[in-house]
Amino acid sequence: MGGHPVIRLIAQRIALGILLLFAASLLIFLGTEILPGDVASSILGQAATPQALENLRNELGLNEPAYIRYFQWLGGVLTGDLGTALSNRMDIATSLWPRLKNTLFLATCAAIVAVPLAIILGLVAARYKNGLVDRTISGLALSATSLPEFFIGYVLMYFFAVYLGWLPSVSTVHEGMAFGDRLRAIALPATALTLVVLAHMMRMTRAAILNVMQSAYIETAELKGLSGSEIIRRHALPNAIAPIVNVVVLNLAYLVVGVVVIEVIFVYPGMGQYLVDHVARRDVPVVQAVGLIFAAVYIGLNLIADVISILANPRLRHRR
Amino acid sequence: MPDATQTRDSASSTGPLLDIRNLRIEATVYPPDEPPHDITIVEDVSLQLEKGKVLGLIGESGAGKSTIGLSAMAYGRGGVRITGGEVLVNGRDIRQLNPRGLRHLRGREVCYVAQSAAAAFNPAHRLMDQVVEATLKHGLASRAEAEERARELFGKLGLPDPDNIGQRYPHQVSGGQLQRVMTAMALCSEPDLIVFDEPTTALDVTTQIDVLAAIKDAIRDTGVGALYITHDLAVVAQVSDEIMVLRHGKLVEQGETRQIIEQPQEEYTRQLVSVRKIDHEEKSSGGKAILAAKSITAAYGSSTSDVLKEVSLEVRPGETLAVVGESGSGKSTLARVITGLLPPRRGSIEFDGRKLSKGLEGRSRDDLRELQMIYQMADVAMNPRHTVATIIGRPLEFYFGIRGRERDERVAELLDKIEMGEGFADRYPAELSGGQKQRVCIARALAADPKVIICDEVTSALDPLVAHGILDLLLQLQEEKQVSYLFITHDLATVKAIADSIAVMYQGRLVRYGPKSEVLSPPFDDYTQLLLSSVPEMEVGWLEKAISSRRMESAGN
Amino acid sequence: MAFLRRVPFGAAIGLVITVTMVLAAILAPWVAPYPGSQVLGGVWEPASSQYLLGTDNLGRDLLSRLIYGGRTTIFIASMATALAFILGSVLGFTAAVFGGWVDQVMSRLVDLLMSIPTLIFALVILSVLPSTIPILILVMGILDSTRVYRLSRAVAVDINVMDFVEAAKLRGEGRGWIIFREILPNALSPLVAELGLRFIFAVLFLSALSFLGLGVQPPHADWGGMVRENREGIVFGIAAALIPAGAIAALAISVNLVADWVLRRTTDLKGGRGDA
Repeated sequence: MGGHPVIRLIAQRIALGILLLFAASLLIFLGTEILPGDVASSILGQAATPQALENLRNELGLNEPAYIRYFQWLGGVLTGDLGTALSNRMDIATSLWPRLKNTLFLATCAAIVAVPLAIILGLVAARYKNGLVDRTISGLALSATSLPEFFIGYVLMYFFAVYLGWLPSVSTVHEGMAFGDRLRAIALPATALTLVVLAHMMRMTRAAILNVMQSAYIETAELKGLSGSEIIRRHALPNAIAPIVNVVVLNLAYLVVGVVVIEVIFVYPGMGQYLVDHVARRDVPVVQAVGLIFAAVYIGLNLIADVISILANPRLRHRR
Repeated sequence: MPDATQTRDSASSTGPLLDIRNLRIEATVYPPDEPPHDITIVEDVSLQLEKGKVLGLIGESGAGKSTIGLSAMAYGRGGVRITGGEVLVNGRDIRQLNPRGLRHLRGREVCYVAQSAAAAFNPAHRLMDQVVEATLKHGLASRAEAEERARELFGKLGLPDPDNIGQRYPHQVSGGQLQRVMTAMALCSEPDLIVFDEPTTALDVTTQIDVLAAIKDAIRDTGVGALYITHDLAVVAQVSDEIMVLRHGKLVEQGETRQIIEQPQEEYTRQLVSVRKIDHEEKSSGGKAILAAKSITAAYGSSTSDVLKEVSLEVRPGETLAVVGESGSGKSTLARVITGLLPPRRGSIEFDGRKLSKGLEGRSRDDLRELQMIYQMADVAMNPRHTVATIIGRPLEFYFGIRGRERDERVAELLDKIEMGEGFADRYPAELSGGQKQRVCIARALAADPKVIICDEVTSALDPLVAHGILDLLLQLQEEKQVSYLFITHDLATVKAIADSIAVMYQGRLVRYGPKSEVLSPPFDDYTQLLLSSVPEMEVGWLEKAISSRRMESAGN
Repeated sequence: MAFLRRVPFGAAIGLVITVTMVLAAILAPWVAPYPGSQVLGGVWEPASSQYLLGTDNLGRDLLSRLIYGGRTTIFIASMATALAFILGSVLGFTAAVFGGWVDQVMSRLVDLLMSIPTLIFALVILSVLPSTIPILILVMGILDSTRVYRLSRAVAVDINVMDFVEAAKLRGEGRGWIIFREILPNALSPLVAELGLRFIFAVLFLSALSFLGLGVQPPHADWGGMVRENREGIVFGIAAALIPAGAIAALAISVNLVADWVLRRTTDLKGGRGDA
C-alpha cells in the first residue's frame, strides 16, 4: 500500500497491461496451433515424403510439446530474437525493422493531419450543434465510417494518381530517400488513412464535448454572465480534455490496424504488407511476430488512454 | 467599480427590483412518433418583488416555478423560451437585452442557487475560484477583496474552517456544505436578487434546518431580494415575506405568508396547507407479532462495517410500524434483509410464527406471497413493456393459478379498489401519472393477498397532494383487509399520519422504538429530539423557535 | 402505412437500397443477365447496352458478377452476424443474470480477445486454417460476438438492477421469466440497432479479408474479392474495381442510416423537451 492513490492506480493499470500482453502472446501462439496439419506439412506440401517431414519437424523443433515451444518463442521475443522465416529462411527481426519504421512513419504522418483536423471539426460541430454545419459534418462522418478502406484508397488513386497524375499511384520508398520525396510517396496512403480515422475521431470528439456541455456546471457558468468563449476555455475544456485525449489515443490504435489494408492498396513496404504476404504463404513464425507487435502497439495505446483518464480525474487527483 | 454602482443606482431609483408582467413561456416537445409541437409552460403570470424582500414560489412538479425563477435571468433551460410579457429587473426589460447586456445582468444583478450544488460546481476547479469568479468577471472587486468577502460569507453561512474551505475541490465537501458554498457564491458579487431553486430539497431534514437558517440570515444581513422556489409550503413559510401559489403554469393565489398559511383563499391552497393533517388514531391490538426481526446485523458484500447493528422490532397484525431515519440510517437495508434480498450476518426473521430462511432462495412461495413490497420509484418498479393488466394479473397467475376471464375480473376488482377504472387495464406504465403508477404498485401487492406489505418511501417521490391520496388509500385498505405495513420513510409528517408504532433509526442502530404516542412524547433521546425539532412546521416563525430551542439545548448540555 | 410516412428521408433511402440489394442477392439467378463466372467478352470492356457495367479483368459481365458477389457477401455477413448475436447475447445475458465468477471469467476472456485487433487476430488464424466459407463465418462470428457480448451484458446489467426485476425476484419468478419476460423486452431496441452496426462491420470485415486475398477464394468472388480481381485496372484508368467497392459502401451506408434511425427512435421513446 502507501503512495498516492493515483500512482497506485496507474501502477495497477500498467501491471494489468503487461499481463494482458502476455495473455495476448499466448492467444496468438494458440491461434496458430489449431491447424489440422502442422507447419512442416504446409511448407513441404502434399507430396512430401514422411522422412522429409520428419527431418523438417526435428529441425523446427516441432516434436517438442506446445508449451515448451511457447516458452522458447516467448524467451526469444523478450531477447529480441523473433525467429526465422520459413519461406525464405531470413531472420525476422532484420527484415521487420525497416518495415516497422516505414509503417510508423506513415501512421505518424496520418496522425499529424488527422488529430488536429478531427478535433477542430468536432469542436465546430459541437459549437453549432444541430445547425446546418453540424448536420453536414455529422452526416458526412456517419457515411465515412461505413466506407471500406479500399474504396477510399482506390478513389484517391484513381483521381489523383491516374486522372490528374499529380502523385505516384504506388508508394515506393527505399533507404536513403530524401525526406521530401518520401513525403510525396506517402501522400496518398497517408490521406486515405487520415480519412479512415477522421470520421470516428470527429464523432467521438463531438460527443465528448457535448457530454461536458450538458453538465449543470456549464449552466452555472452561463448564469454567472460568462461569455461563450470563457465558458469553453475555463469550464468546458478542463473537463473535456481527458475524454478528447482518450478518443484520440483510441483512434490511433484503430489507425495502426487500418494501416494493413492501406499498405496493400499502395504497395507500401510496411508491416501490414509484410503480414499479409506471409499469411498467404502460411509462414507462421512471421505471422506470430508481426501479430504480436500489432497487439503490443494496440494494448499500449489503450493503456495510455486509461492512464490519461486516471490522471485527468480531479476526484482521483485530490483525494478527500 | 464606479461604473457598476452607477448603472445599478440609476436603474433602481424607481419601481420594484423585479417586475414580471403577463409572462408567457413555451417549449417545443418532441414526443416519439409525433411531429414536434409547442406547449405552454407558464401562462399570464405577473409578480413584483421589492428590494430586500423574499417571494416564495410554490407548486407541484410541472407548476412552472423553476422556469419562472430562471426567467428573471432571461434564461430558458433546454429549449424553453419566453414568448410573451415583460421581465423588468431594476426597471429595464431584460427580454430586450442583447447577449452582452444579458451577461452584465447575470452574476452581477441576479444570481442563482441550484437544487443540486454537487452538479452545479465544476469538479476541476477549487471552490474559491468558482465562488469569486462572477465578482472578478464583472470587475466588482479585486481578487483579494473578493476572497476576503467569500471567507466572510463562508463564516456567516456556518461553514467549518471558513478560511481554508475555499481551497478544497467540490467532491471534498459534503452536500449540505456545498449548498452553503453555492449560496456564498451567489452572494459574493453582491447582487440585487438571488433565485433559490429548491436549495434544501436534496438535503436530509436535520441538515436542511441549518442550511435554511443560514440562508435566511444571509438574506437578512445582506438585504438582497430573493425568489425562493420550493414544493414544500412549510419550508417556504419560514423564509419568505410573500408566497405565490402556482399550478400548471398559472397563478392560483398570492399573498402575505401569514395569510396564505392561516387564511388561504383558494381551495387548492387550502389543500396544500392541510395536506399533512391526516387524523389517524393509534391502534394497539397488542396481539402476537406477525413479523419479527430479531437482533439483525447486516453488511453489504464483504465489507467490514455493518450497516445494521442488532436491530430488533415487531409488526403486529393490522398495524403499521413506521421506520424513520435519514439517509445512511440503514432503514432501506432493513427492508432488504426482511425480504431476503440481503441475508443478514446475524439474527433471524420470524413470520407468522415460523422462522424465515435468511436468503430469498430458501423461502417458500407462500412466504414470498404473504410478504409484499412497494417501492419508492413506481415508474421503475413496473416493467415498462407490460400492461397494467399483466402487472396486476401476474401475481394472481403466479400464486393462485387464476387465468383468463377470472383473472380479468379480479384485475378489474383490484383496479376498483385503488380507485382507478377498468379502462386502465390496457395501458402501459408510461401512460400513467405518478400517483396512478403508485396505485398500480399497491394493487400488485394486494393481488398476492399478503399479510405484511413493506412500503419503502412510497410517497417521497410524489407531490404532497398525491402523496396524501396514497396515504389515505393505504389506511383505507388496512381497515378493509387487516394487512400490516412496515412503513419506511424519512418524513416525520408521514409517520405521524400513518403509524401505530415507530422505530427511529440512526447510523444502523435502533435509537427509539415503541407505540407512536410514547415515541413522540418527551423525554426524548438526543437524536429523536434533533429529528423531531428539524421537521418544518406549517407555522410562521417556526424556524426561529426551533433554532433558539436547539441553542438552549446545547447550552444546557 | 402511417408508419412509413414517418420514416425520415435518409432512413427511407437507406431502407430502399438495402431491400433492393438483399432482393437482388436472393433472386440472383433470375435477375442477373448472365452467369457470374462465364467469360463473355474482351477484358475490361466499357459499359454498353450489352454489358450494363462493362466487363471485368477476364471478360465476365461485371453486373452479373456484382449480383452474384453480393449474394456471397450478404450471405456470409448475415451468417456471421447471426452467429455473433446468438453467441454474444446469450453469453452476455447469462453473465449479467448469474453475475459472480461466471461473469468474471467470461468478461475477462472477452477483454483478452478484444485486446488483439480483430483484423490481426483473424489474419493470424487464417494463416493456418483454409479460408472456406464455414471457417470464415466461424472466425468472423466468434471475434465479433465479443462486441455483442459487451453490449448485451451492459444493457442486461442495467435492467437487472431495476426495481421491476427485483420485484419479480421477490415474487419468486424463475430465471426463465426474468430473462425472457422482464429483461429481453427492454433490451431489444438497443440490440436491434446494434444488429445493423454489426452487419456493416461484418460486410466491411469480410470485404477487407477477401481484398487481401484471405477471404472468399477464387473462382468464387464476393465484392471484396472483385475489387482485388480488378485492382490492376485502376492504374490504366479503368474504374471496374471501384464498382464493387462502391456497392460495399452503398450497402454499409444504407444499413447505417437505418440503424441510426432505429437507435434514435429508441432513445426518443423516453420523450423529452428541448433539443432532440
